Amino acid sequence: MSTATATASPAATDTAPPPQRKTKRRYGPGTLTVATWIIAILFVFPLLWMILTAFKQENDAYTDPPKLFFSPTFDQISGVLNSGFLPYLGNSAFVTVISTLLVLLLGIPAAYALSLAPVKGTKNALGFFLSTKMLPIVAAIIPLYVISQNTNLLDTVWALIILYTAMNLPLAIWMMRSFFLEVPGEMIEAARIDGANLPTLLRKIIMPVVAPGIAATALICVIFSWTEFFYAVNLTAARAGTVPVFLVGFITSEGLYWAQLSAAALLASLPVMIVGWIAQNHLVRGLSMGAVK
Amino acid sequence: MSAEVIYDKASRVYPGNPGVRAVDQLSLEVPDGDFLVLVGPSGSGKSTALRMLAGLEDVNEGAIRIGDRDVTDLPPKDRDIAMVFQSYALYPHMTVADNMGFALKLRGFSAADIKKRVDEAATMLDLSRFLDRKPKALSGGQRQRVAMGRAIVREPSVFLMDEPLSNLDAKLRVETRANIAKLQQRLGTTTIYVTHDQVEAMTMGDRVAVLKDGVLQQCDAPRSLYEKPANSFVAGFIGSPAMNLATLPLSDGGVQLGDLVVPLPTAVRTAAAGLSEIVFGIRPESLRLVGEADEGFELVVELVEELGADAYLHGKVGDDRFVVRVDGRTPPRIGDNVRVALRGEGETHAFDPKTTLRLG
Repeated sequence: MSTATATASPAATDTAPPPQRKTKRRYGPGTLTVATWIIAILFVFPLLWMILTAFKQENDAYTDPPKLFFSPTFDQISGVLNSGFLPYLGNSAFVTVISTLLVLLLGIPAAYALSLAPVKGTKNALGFFLSTKMLPIVAAIIPLYVISQNTNLLDTVWALIILYTAMNLPLAIWMMRSFFLEVPGEMIEAARIDGANLPTLLRKIIMPVVAPGIAATALICVIFSWTEFFYAVNLTAARAGTVPVFLVGFITSEGLYWAQLSAAALLASLPVMIVGWIAQNHLVRGLSMGAVK
Repeated sequence: MSAEVIYDKASRVYPGNPGVRAVDQLSLEVPDGDFLVLVGPSGSGKSTALRMLAGLEDVNEGAIRIGDRDVTDLPPKDRDIAMVFQSYALYPHMTVADNMGFALKLRGFSAADIKKRVDEAATMLDLSRFLDRKPKALSGGQRQRVAMGRAIVREPSVFLMDEPLSNLDAKLRVETRANIAKLQQRLGTTTIYVTHDQVEAMTMGDRVAVLKDGVLQQCDAPRSLYEKPANSFVAGFIGSPAMNLATLPLSDGGVQLGDLVVPLPTAVRTAAAGLSEIVFGIRPESLRLVGEADEGFELVVELVEELGADAYLHGKVGDDRFVVRVDGRTPPRIGDNVRVALRGEGETHAFDPKTTLRLG
């Protein structure tokens, strides 16, 4: 489609080319489309290769040149599922869901206060939130380890839930604040005149309008929690390990099991891809759709 | 139900050093059922005055009463008012019917009552077909009517309108202007209407209050405002094109305007006793072209605005700019020298150059 229109349009404008257009058309829409495809494929290629490898036998995964045609098998996937993947998946799901809910529970009131009900120290508070992201986590890992040990949270999901909530909260507050700021002030005033108190205002007017923004924020939190590796690998072991920790188990001293690792990686990324796909509709829907004017 | 509105020396002072007096000692009485228009240039405090009545701005000094209730410190929802915003401020996630019924729902009306009132208002505003639509599926004019409907279903003591027409195109604005005026007469609800458009102010209001820098300049019926402006600001603000205003020296017979001595009424001369000059005002339509030999003053035409029926000549007399309304069929050309005289006596205005107040 796009290539067809791309080749047609330069011909149509050929008769009287404005000088500025000329430079633009040197890399005409056709070239641009091709470039877009190349870049897209470059980005998606590792993912495609992972999916392909996940359905290979271990010896097919190693051939040089790589085999594009092979008889696909579910051996690797069932192998991963049978080697204790599910408890890790359960941990990841639990930690991700609970920490994301906590972030929303704490972050929504904070974002509301910092955007729609600002006070004198609001700017400082915002700066403080952001500053907590400035310390590299490596620098904090030893104290965190000691604290976890002293509070008996080592190798429990609760240690990760607390850390992931703390890790995502500043970003979530900043993100949601920008969505709250886009809520038209006159609409809030109209609701107040209509008789809405604060809880009603939040529930019936503001939340429905910022829902797409909150969905986007939640998705980011889910992705960050799901893929987090550093805390997980340092603070958990067999009991509370998450999917990223499980994946490392395939890198053994005898070498890499490419096909099995790919199968495990595929299973690990599947939930996030599904969540992202579901959230897509919410994300693209514009904020406050025609509220004003 | 409908009630009178009283501003009693109400001020809004924004913190600072010194504080900014956005509305300064405003005293206004709006009788029950009246349509009052607040008009003024931007920054005049007209919107702030309205928002103080709505409860969206604090009242720092003085008081505001609706009927016999002092509402100065009441939250917006307890003031029994409904407001139409410039942006309409519709709830984007609700249907038209839900938008209009939201306030009633919060006040605990039954679903049947809400439906009855919403249907009534929708019929009045020609919105019945759109009740199930969301605001984004409506045109600008329809959204404006939904905002009106949301106010009407409440049956409040006072309607507040903050430039409700400024987002409409010119034609729709004229239409809606008439509809709002009709609707207000039919409902008989006290209405306070803010606008910067003096045509809206003149055509819609029973009375018009002119504000400048937070201070009330004059509050009167549109015609009185036009014929007897209380000071030179109101004189220049009301009327389009604006009144010609020039500071002219006083002589024995009156004021000297070019070659012409314009006689002043006795009352003005008495009031101007002791002044050496006055601000003289005359509206473009109070001037006319006369022949070469007639008594009048010379004007060099610098610009001709042709509006069809009328044309406006812009020109200079000495250092003062004057606008003259002439017949639109045979206007002079740019660069012409024309002779201008007054149409009649009693159409002149005079103001004190220091206090700006009207003389006589």
